[in-house]
Amino acid sequence: MMAAVAARELADGEVVFVGIGLPNLACNLARRTHAPNLVLIYESGAVGATPSRLPVSIGDPALVTGSLMVCGMADVFQLFVQNGRIEVGFLGGAQVDRHGNINTTVIGSYEKPKVRLPGSGGAAEIAIHAQRILIISKLSVRTFPERVDFITSPGQRVAKVITDKAVLERDDASGDLVLAGLYPGVEANKVRAGVGWKLESRPRLNRLDPPTTAELQLLRDVLDPQRLYLRS
Amino acid sequence: MSMQDAVARHVRDGDVVVIEGFTHLISFAAGHEIIRQRRRDLTLCRLTPDLIYDQMIAAGCARKLVFSWAGNPGVGSLHAFRRAVEGQTLEIEEYSHFGMVARFSAGAARLPFWTLRDYAGTDLPRANPRIKSVTCPYTGEALATVPALNPDVTIVHAQRADAQGNAQIWGLLGVQKEAAFASQRVIVVVEELVEERVIRADPNRTLIPAPIVSAVVVEPWGAHPSYAQGYYDRDNEFYLAWEAISRERTELASYLDEFVYGVRDRVEYMQKQPRLAERLKAGEQRCAGVNYGF
Repeated sequence: MMAAVAARELADGEVVFVGIGLPNLACNLARRTHAPNLVLIYESGAVGATPSRLPVSIGDPALVTGSLMVCGMADVFQLFVQNGRIEVGFLGGAQVDRHGNINTTVIGSYEKPKVRLPGSGGAAEIAIHAQRILIISKLSVRTFPERVDFITSPGQRVAKVITDKAVLERDDASGDLVLAGLYPGVEANKVRAGVGWKLESRPRLNRLDPPTTAELQLLRDVLDPQRLYLRS
Repeated sequence: MSMQDAVARHVRDGDVVVIEGFTHLISFAAGHEIIRQRRRDLTLCRLTPDLIYDQMIAAGCARKLVFSWAGNPGVGSLHAFRRAVEGQTLEIEEYSHFGMVARFSAGAARLPFWTLRDYAGTDLPRANPRIKSVTCPYTGEALATVPALNPDVTIVHAQRADAQGNAQIWGLLGVQKEAAFASQRVIVVVEELVEERVIRADPNRTLIPAPIVSAVVVEPWGAHPSYAQGYYDRDNEFYLAWEAISRERTELASYLDEFVYGVRDRVEYMQKQPRLAERLKAGEQRCAGVNYGF
């Protein structure tokens, strides 16, 4: 469901900076349905990739075979990211706060971390330079605290947060994430219980349709037959 | 030159060492030889420490790690790294990918620092005071800066090179060119040694030229479990297995005993795993070639 909802956020022809996992599934689903001209850019240097298998890593050899361009990482960050060529960036994180700030660095203090996470990778600069950011993350109070322990990626450009129950949007006036749409059968209270702050709501909520039979078939039989990322 | 000789000659205790390669072309063979020769107090730098630095940290080679993303891609944590950081036994200096790339770019251009538009609104400069800023003398804009990184030695795995070290790479290029040009010494490790005319027939594919290369080592399968485009696939099964191996100190130690200390070189490493080559050997997808005539 999250992959299908995320895929629908992408318009045909857009330039998307793809992360591993669900973002990768969502982008490849969009490319095979309504957005065949989506340009997928991976931080490893593959531009216009058309991976024939689901990449386990962001540097999979299948991203190279048949892509439009392969460049070094200095070019990725200077000529694509800092140049402003990325329209949509996907990010995820261990923590996302009410302003859309993301933490992928540490739980606890930086000097004495309770849990040491991988760190930024390219996430800091993607959050700063992509025109809009989509976050995919399952809803839980642990993942959505009022404030993150460490800001790895700032939230200003976050457009939407796609969760397993609802979609949140960043409200321009308050800078807060607010409830914008519910999945079928989910009540707003359930969503409010999954975040660590008082979640406001858009006056009218979008109805989010479940994946179509065609989308499900693509996801399950073609894109992720080994269920690397499709667990829910 | 053999890997033993290259490491003995060019990697010294206390060195700033870079083994680059973004997912692709990571020289595990060199990392293993550094472990076998029991190098100590190294400052290990890489964008993504990956399994190779996890192994080197576990083996006690590292004093400090300079990095931008320390995970097992698509799998989870690097547990030796996590134990060391959470137990505060390893010094770290942390950037983002762009920051690390910029550090190598400055080093390669022999500039003291590099400017980038980055880090506004993040906590990274607070975590790492070496991330600073400068006012642009033309526009007045505040730009982030990172210091040049000039390693003592950089080790790069390539698909092929000639005997002089003119190295050709295709597929993902990572930051190897910048890292090599930034370095005092460069070891090139290759799948295949080729005649100079093979290099000259396709000069656009040369990433690292002989004048900056200190040693050439021929080591087929030297990047496993990383991969070499056109030669062998990434061993995703091993990357998954590392989760369980690295979670327990004792498991990890017995892995090192068997596959690093327990073999003399890459040939023996491959002999221990006779089915590996068959499982991972690359398929064919050749490019057409171009006309270099005039």
